[in-house]
Amino acid sequence: MSVLAQVTGSIGSVGYGLAAIGPGIGIGIVFGMGVQAIARQPEAYNLIFRNMILGFAFAEALALIGLVMPFVYGT
Amino acid sequence: MTAIALAAGALPAGTGTRMLVAEEFHAPGLGLFQWEPLFDIGPIGVTKPMVLAVFLSALLIIFFWVAFHRPQLVPRGVQNLAEIGYLFVRDDIARNIIGKRGDRYVPLLFSLFFFIWFFNLASVIPIAQFPVTSRFGYPAVLAAIVYVTWVGVGIRAHGLGGFFKAQIPSGLPKAIYPLVIPIEYASNMIVRPFTHAVRLFANMFAGHLLIALFAITAWHFIVEQPTVLGFGVGVVGVVMTAVMTAFELLIQALQAFIFTLLAASYIGGALEESH
Repeated sequence: MSVLAQVTGSIGSVGYGLAAIGPGIGIGIVFGMGVQAIARQPEAYNLIFRNMILGFAFAEALALIGLVMPFVYGT
Repeated sequence: MTAIALAAGALPAGTGTRMLVAEEFHAPGLGLFQWEPLFDIGPIGVTKPMVLAVFLSALLIIFFWVAFHRPQLVPRGVQNLAEIGYLFVRDDIARNIIGKRGDRYVPLLFSLFFFIWFFNLASVIPIAQFPVTSRFGYPAVLAAIVYVTWVGVGIRAHGLGGFFKAQIPSGLPKAIYPLVIPIEYASNMIVRPFTHAVRLFANMFAGHLLIALFAITAWHFIVEQPTVLGFGVGVVGVVMTAVMTAFELLIQALQAFIFTLLAASYIGGALEESH
């Protein structure tokens, strides 16, 4: 089969860029909502911040798995 | 990247294999994390991360032993400092997440937090300059300890059947359960310990790689192959090395905090009546 189109170079980097979109949006939502919640109810700062960090950690995990994969499976 | 390629492209291709003597610009890769054994103890080749881990553990134990071996009611000197760390873990992590029952788990969380933080800190300490936790074995074992702990705590609190039942949210329509049960078990039992370890590992791995990239850029374009075009790139490398080191200091503490926070939330979740 003849190759119609080909991408060469660091495909792993492109893949990581794609993988970072979702977590990027997720982390933005987490902190945006968190700041909004703190602005509405500053006295609940500790509770909100704690859960904000937890949500951030869950969203971030996806980006980090994306980071590790190119190293695991080669470029 | 084009600036780097432009400056490096004009140079003759080097044949050197070592990163610091190569003539062409080589971005750092996995080689940064692969260490030759320094010496052997029996069948085990002892590498730099292992030496660092033992040294930092000893440092930590000595520090807290000095601080707490003869505790005073009114703390003085180093005991003050150690108590700030202890109170942080107890109040901000254990009591905040688990509640009053969290006091039992403070020793575990306290050790986790400080071991991880010190292991991470090795990244910016001169001579050491390698985050121990960027070798996957260390976070994997720590995550395994937490996994065994929260599963054990859950089974002791609810019994074996009760523990597995507690993983499933109750009160959903019956038709959804065939879908929910596999997802919940896969997420709690398999993905959770994996992401717990990978989160710490990947953060330290990426951070070390970033610092090394900028440091090598600076070294290459200012010292090794100084060119008019490349000098600016080198200066950017110097500045970014300093900026990334400061950023890493923040990330190191944050990752230790997140790891401990998640450990506390897993234990707290296992203690709760139902999810």
